[in-house]
Formats: sequence, structure tokens, C-alpha cells
Amino acid sequence: MLTILLDGIAYGMLLFILAVGLCVTLGLMNFINLAHGTFAMAGGYLTITLMQKAGVPFLLCLPAAFIFAAALGLVLERTLYRHLYDKTHLDQVLFSIGLVFISIAMVDYAYGANQQIVNLPDYLTGRFSFLGASIGVYRVFVIAICGLLVVSLQLALTMTRFGSRLRAAVDDGRVARGMGIDVTRIFAVTFAVGSGLAGLGGALGTGIISFDPTFPLKYMIYFLIVISVGGTTTITGPFLAAILLGVADVAGKYYVPAVGGFIIYTIMVVVLIVRPQGLFARAAAK
Amino acid sequence: MFRRQILKSIGVAGLALATGVSAACAQEVVKVGLILPMTGPSASTGRQIEAGARLWMAQNGSTVAGKKIELIIKDDTGAADQSKRLATELVVNDKVAFLGGFGLTPLALSVGPVATQAKVPAVIMAAGTSTIVASSPYFVRTSFTLPQNTAPMAQWSAANGIKTVVTLVSDYGPGLDSEKAFKAEFEAKGGKVLESLRAPLMNPEFAAFLQKAKDLKPDALFLFVPSGQGASLMKQVGERELAKSGIKIIGTGDVTDDDQLNGMGDALIGMITSHNYSAAHDSPENKAYVAAFLKANNNMRPNFMSVGGFDGMAAIYKALEKTKGDTDGTKLVEAMKGLAWVSPRGPMSIDPATRDVTQNVYVREVKKVDGQLYNVEFATIANVKGSN
Amino acid sequence: MSNITSPSPEAMRARAVLLGRSRWGVAEIIFWILAVACYWLFPTKLSLLSEIAILGLVALSVDLVLGYAGIVTLGQGAFFGIGAYAAGLAAKFGMGTSLWSDPVIGLFIGGGVAAVIGFATSFLVLRGSDMTRLMVTLGVALIVDEVVNQMKWLTGGSDGLQGVLPSAVLGIWEFDLFGRVAFVYSLVVLFVLFVIARALVKSPFGLSLQAIKGNMLRTRAIGMPVNARLVAVYTVAAFYAGVAGALAAQTTQFASPDYVAFHRSADAMLMLVFGGAGHLYGGLLGSIIFRTMQDVLGNITPQYWQFWLGVTLVALVLFVRGGILGLLDNMLAAWRRKGGAS
Repeated sequence: MLTILLDGIAYGMLLFILAVGLCVTLGLMNFINLAHGTFAMAGGYLTITLMQKAGVPFLLCLPAAFIFAAALGLVLERTLYRHLYDKTHLDQVLFSIGLVFISIAMVDYAYGANQQIVNLPDYLTGRFSFLGASIGVYRVFVIAICGLLVVSLQLALTMTRFGSRLRAAVDDGRVARGMGIDVTRIFAVTFAVGSGLAGLGGALGTGIISFDPTFPLKYMIYFLIVISVGGTTTITGPFLAAILLGVADVAGKYYVPAVGGFIIYTIMVVVLIVRPQGLFARAAAK
Repeated sequence: MFRRQILKSIGVAGLALATGVSAACAQEVVKVGLILPMTGPSASTGRQIEAGARLWMAQNGSTVAGKKIELIIKDDTGAADQSKRLATELVVNDKVAFLGGFGLTPLALSVGPVATQAKVPAVIMAAGTSTIVASSPYFVRTSFTLPQNTAPMAQWSAANGIKTVVTLVSDYGPGLDSEKAFKAEFEAKGGKVLESLRAPLMNPEFAAFLQKAKDLKPDALFLFVPSGQGASLMKQVGERELAKSGIKIIGTGDVTDDDQLNGMGDALIGMITSHNYSAAHDSPENKAYVAAFLKANNNMRPNFMSVGGFDGMAAIYKALEKTKGDTDGTKLVEAMKGLAWVSPRGPMSIDPATRDVTQNVYVREVKKVDGQLYNVEFATIANVKGSN
Repeated sequence: MSNITSPSPEAMRARAVLLGRSRWGVAEIIFWILAVACYWLFPTKLSLLSEIAILGLVALSVDLVLGYAGIVTLGQGAFFGIGAYAAGLAAKFGMGTSLWSDPVIGLFIGGGVAAVIGFATSFLVLRGSDMTRLMVTLGVALIVDEVVNQMKWLTGGSDGLQGVLPSAVLGIWEFDLFGRVAFVYSLVVLFVLFVIARALVKSPFGLSLQAIKGNMLRTRAIGMPVNARLVAVYTVAAFYAGVAGALAAQTTQFASPDYVAFHRSADAMLMLVFGGAGHLYGGLLGSIIFRTMQDVLGNITPQYWQFWLGVTLVALVLFVRGGILGLLDNMLAAWRRKGGAS
């Protein structure tokens, strides 16, 4: 059924936007940042605050959330994260979980433990009929934005000078530095963009899911699943994986509710056994 | 080997000591230990109950029957083993005269054996599965049970032209209780439940369930999710335009939680729920309660969890008055049996047979009052028993 | 002129090193004496202490796979939960009287069932990178969590398994409200399993694991059955976690889906890394300090204790290498330098 398919795609797209920043930090910078959800939460709560307290239009909140989360990411990268690039993965896990705990307590302190929601503007709510299926306007909006993002990210990575510098910096930082590439700056910018994308995802998410202080923990598993099924070497991998998972989750719960909960996890385990590098990864590059 | 033997003999020695310890000691301070989820997904429940309990103490003083009441709050993070450990520590170390709180059913159930063994009354201020009170003779409930709050909704539906219903509940004790109670009552009155959907307890995305409900085209969709999760469910209900396609949205008041209702948006106007408490309940007691609560808690609106805490303290105070300050657990439980008083929610009492709460259940409609959304009560079913 | 009966000096030295590794150090003995002393030092905190002992056992099991064999796992909570449910069900159906509800037998039931499932799933973690293994183990844990939730008729679903009534330990000591028996029992089990683990990692088997962790390809090249070793250690670790779960179910007298939940696995790994992986004591120290902090902070500020826990984690990673054990090492080294200078 088309409705279910589109619901699933939209949900998958949302997961993708939330997770794509993690793909950037993990895949490109080889940094396990479990605090990724914190940046998404920052974007989400900024949107909630701006809309509820200041009456800022929703569409303006989206770029604001991106900028806010990116700025937050930049500050944290410069002050804290950069000390951890050469530490072990386990240290990175410990550190980023610590950040998650801090952010949960801070948001709780500022906003309380309630679920926060926003009311979307009228032109984004409602449904329309398409080929006999009833489709939510907002879900289409999410799909469109995500589609746009995937294309631009892919182009930015493969076609621009920044993209090739970044890939050079990741492949061999020392040589890249020797070639005159400012690796430190590239990493900082990349980290900021990754965080900004999470913030944007959070802002978009306010229309579908609700936010409470435990958000970074609650969604961490989903981020990790998307990244690991999709592989971290490309942008399109996690994108397709997110859609696959979103559709499988929604359709599973619709058609076979009794086993709906298992579907995502089972797919993940099976994929990782068959293709440890992820479903859509290029053959191991290193 | 040698070390292990030492350990064992130490264990024997320790046990010998333990049996000699007596718990009797005169206390001027009566301690009440509240075990609540203060962090994690159910944190809002803990905050409301704590605020309700503190408000009772602010209004009624901290001395009762010559004893000073001391409140101890512990965070169990919503994990049952923590509830149990904290209960044990409160009983053993702090020598509390009362346990209280318990945000979710498993958390309450895990404490049951401790209360029984230590003979300490445990006042359930939130958890709503009907079977809990029967699991320990020291449980007393001041919140509500799901069957209690659900059955009136089924009666109202059957009486108001609703023939077919799809139920959607969270897949855990209270949800299943609610599903069962609704189905039994509704079908007894001639209605038909087309499908009983169950969503996982920690579920961010309801699209699949709501679409399924929509495709079944019932007259009404009955909803239950625990306190604190109503917002995300109702947002998706709104997005799917179930009301527009002619499906009436009904549920227990947990969904239109006062704590969040105002933020849920005008899409909810007209939704019918049944519940034991609404911040809009029209009585002098409640007006005073809401005003004081808002003032003390930075304008957080009290919800049904808060009255659970407030009335929990009420029961504790009244029991102590009755025993004249005697803190013997068995006597206190006896004293609580049959207590009756007028709460902000309306008249309520503790059923002497079951130790469960008996109270009025109200059928309410979401309406805009002075620019804010409220559950406005329009029908009362008096003295509904919590469990049989 | 090599003599066949007397080994070469190199072999002697290797022998000395290997034997020296298995001797008990002073610090170790003090650690265990202190652990026993806790019974008298903190008589009001015995439930927390037995919980710490149980968590320490889980962290120990993670250390076996992660710290020694180098398999990153985020799924140890699954085995903990399986052990808890297996032992819990045994005790429940034993009704507190028959042999089924004997706690010690329950430990073997819990550990055994967990080990069987650990063995079955161990083949999934033989391939792939750290990230892949992390996610596969996590995936298995999440599936177990769903299974527990779904099998309501057996597990009680989200409401948990109630009515777990283990009989007295060895038929003598009933579990008491003060947690005295629970603590002594948990500590004894932890100690016994610790001694076994200690012997294990210092045996040739343990050394081969560390070789695998160091360089899997090279280890394979010298003819070591790498996969068999990994399967073995993963199964042993699952047994350990299962025993810990059984202990938890017996001492708390119930099991809930929370025992299988993601945060159990995450906590176990956090505690290990916090304490310092690859030393056996890291997990124990980690669980002691982590849990004590959580309890102390939680008493001071029931709402915001996570903030201070987070700050500690961040600070630890930024300023210390190798967790709490690393910190102790640094302090010891600094103290020695000072002592040497003066």
C-alpha cells in the first residue's frame, strides 16, 4: 500500500537526516561520537523554543537549528573533541557518553522532563490524495528536504575541492598536511557540518516525533543501526539503509504486529553477518 | 580454598549478629520514603508526584500526631531492581514508616516482597495495574487503576451511538488491563471491538498502528499510553486526520495528560476521555489545589499523577492521626482501610476489603477555557472501585 | 652444547615471567580483604554492595572478551538477562522448596543457558571490524529483549517475572531483608569466578587470546586456531554474565525486561572502560566507583546526578589514559618519583 510505503520512507528519511552527521564523523573522521543525538536534540529544542516562545515561523527554524547545532558542534570540537582524535575508540565512547549524560541533565534542568511538541503551520499539516492513497503533507515535505540533502552532500563530497581535501585528510592526515592542506580546519568544519545536519534533523523531527531529555539515548540505537547497515564509506549507503529500515519497520508493524519489533534488529544482524562492512559499502578500501 | 572458608565463616558470624539486632527504637521523626522515577523516560511522573506530596506538606504542616514528618525522595530511574534496592535501604537504614511512589507497575511489584517482609505500608501513588495491591497486604493505592478509569469510557461510548471500536494501547500491564476492561464492558453493552492493537512501550513512531486503525474504519479509536507519552501519540493522531475521516478519538485521561495537554494543539478539541482527575475539576478544593500547585511549581499544571502524590500523603497523615502516632506498619495499614476524604479530584476512599482506591470517574471533553486546553468534565460515575 | 634435560636460559626466563604473572600481588590481596571488610564497614549499604559485586562480575565478563580477546561487545546484557530469567524461572517453578530453586544450582542453570546461547551466537562475532561486532552484539541483545517482551506467558512481559523465590543458600542461609546473605553470597561467587578467570587469562589459553587481540593475522599464521579460541572465550564470558544475571534474579527475587535492556550492556562496557580494560580488576574497580558515584550523586540530587557523572566521564577521558587503573598507575609512578628524589 502506497500510504504505508510513503510513511515508511518518510520515517526512514528522518532517521537518515538524524544519522547522516554521524556517518560523516564516524565514516570520514573515524570518530565514534555517541553524543551525536545531543546535537539533534539541540536543534529540536531550539525549534521548540523559537516557535513556542518567540513565534518564529517553522521554516525559519530549520536553518536556525542547523546553524545553532553547527556552532555548538564547532565550539565543542575546538575545545573538547579535538583532543580525542588520536585516542582509542573506547575512550571516545566513554567521552561521548559523558557528554550525553551532561546534555540530558542540562536540558532537563532548562525544560523539565516533559515531552515537548510543536504545532506545525497549517500549510504543512493535512493530507492529500494521490493515486488513491492518503498522504500527509509533512511527510512529503520531509522526503523532499532529505532528497535534496542527499544529492547536495554527495556532490559536495565528490565534486568540490573541499570534498577531495577532506577525503585526502582522512586517508592520510600527515601527507595531506604535507601537501599544504589545513587538516585541523577541515576536520573542524566537517564536524560542524555533521552536527548541523543533526540539528536540522532534530528540527524536522519535531513535526513527527516528540522531544524529551532522554532523546540522545533513545535514538542512539537507531542512528547506529542506520550507519552500520548502510556502511560509512558513502552517503548513499546510509540513505538507502535508512529507507529500507523505515519501510520495514512501518510495514512490519502494520502487517505483522506480533513480530514488528524484531524486524529492524533482525535485518541489521543478518546484513552485518553477510556484509560486515555494511550493505551498500564499497569493497573495503583500506 | 582457604580464603573461601574464611568468607564462609564470616558469613555465619554476620548472620548470627544479624538475628540479634532489634528494630525497636523510639522515633520522634516519622520518615516517608518516596521511590520515584526522577530521571529517564518516566521522569515527568516522578516530578508531578513529588510536587503533589510536597504541596500537601506545605499546606498541612510537617507535624502530625506529635510526630515530625520527613520526606525522603529516591530516584529509581524507572528500573525495577533499583526500586527494590532503594526500598530495602529505606526500610533498613532510614527506618521509614511508609514507602510510597512507584511510577510504573513493575517498579511497584518489585517492592511488594520488601513491604511484606518488613511490614511497612507502601502507598502506590501512580502505578495503575489492578493486580498490584493484591500482591502484598501492605500495599495501599491512592492513584487509580486502569479498569476503573476505562470502563466508564466504554459505557459512554456504547450509550452514545458508537458501535465499533479499535483499541490501541501500550503493550504492558496497564495497557493490557485497559484493553481488556474496555473490550469486556463495551461488548457487554452490545458494541464490537474490531481489533486490539498494541504498540511497544517505548515507541517513537505510531504511523503503522494509526494507519491500520484508520483502514479498519471503526466508529471510534480508543487510546491508552502511559503518562508523559500522550503528546507524541496525539501529534501523529492529528497528522493522520483520523477525526476528519469520521473516527471519533476516545481514551483514558492518561492520553490527554494535563501536564502536556495545552501544548498538544487545537486538534484535540472535542476528544472524549474518562479519568479520575482533571485540573479543570469544578470544586473549591481543586481550585485551591491548582492555584497553589501552579504557584509552587513555576506554572507546571498539576496532572493526575500529582493528586496521587497529594492524596498519598493525605492517607499517610490521616492514618497517623488515627493510630495517634503509632508507626507499627500493620496498624497503619489497618488505619488506612476505609479512610474517606474529599480530594481535589472529588470524594475518594480506601476500600477496606482491597486497600484499593474508590473514587468518582468523570467523562470529559477537551475544550478551550480562557485560551487554554482543559479536560472539561460533563458526566460523573460515582464511587467506582479500583479492583474487586 | 645444549643439554636436553636442562632448559635454555631463554626458556628459563620465559618460564619465570609466566609463573611470576600468576603470583598474587600485595595490592590484590588488600583489594579482596577490603571487599570482605565492606561487610562490617558499610553494614547499611549491603544491597548496593551486592549489586556492585554483580555488576563487577558482568564487567569482568566483558573484560574477558573485550580486554583480553579484543572483541568489542555491546551485548553482554543479553546474557545477563538470559541468566536472570533462566535462574528466575527455575526458582519460580521450584516454588522455593525443590532442588530447582536451590540458588547454587540456579547459578549453573543461568550460566549454562547463557553459555549455550553465547556459543550459538559466538559465530556471529568472528568477522568484521570493531563497529560491526559492536552492532552485531547489540543487535542480538535487542532481539533477546524483544523475545522477552513477547513471550509474556513465560516471562511476564513488561511487568517482569514475579514470584522468584530461591531457597536458602546451600540449604542453610535464607536471603534476608538486610542483604547480608545476598552480599556474602555474591561476593563469594564473584571471588570464585574471579580466581578462575585469573587463572584462565594467565594460562597459555589467555596468552593466546592476547596474541589474537594484538595481531589476528599473525596469530593465525603461527597455527593458532583463532576462531576456536574466540568462540571459547565468548562462551565463557557468556557463562559469567549468565551467572551474574542469576545472582541478580536471586538476590532481587524477580527479573524484568530491564535486565536485558540496552543500558545493561552499555553500563557494563562503560564500567569496564571507566576502570580500565584488560586487567581483570578494571571492571571491578569501575563498577565500584561508577555505582558508588551514581548512588552518592543520586542522593544529593535525584534529578540531576547524570550531569556530574557525565562531567566525571569526560574529565577522565581527557586527562587520564586507561581509566581508573591508569590513574592509579600514574599516581603510583608520581609517588615513586617523588620518593626517589627525596
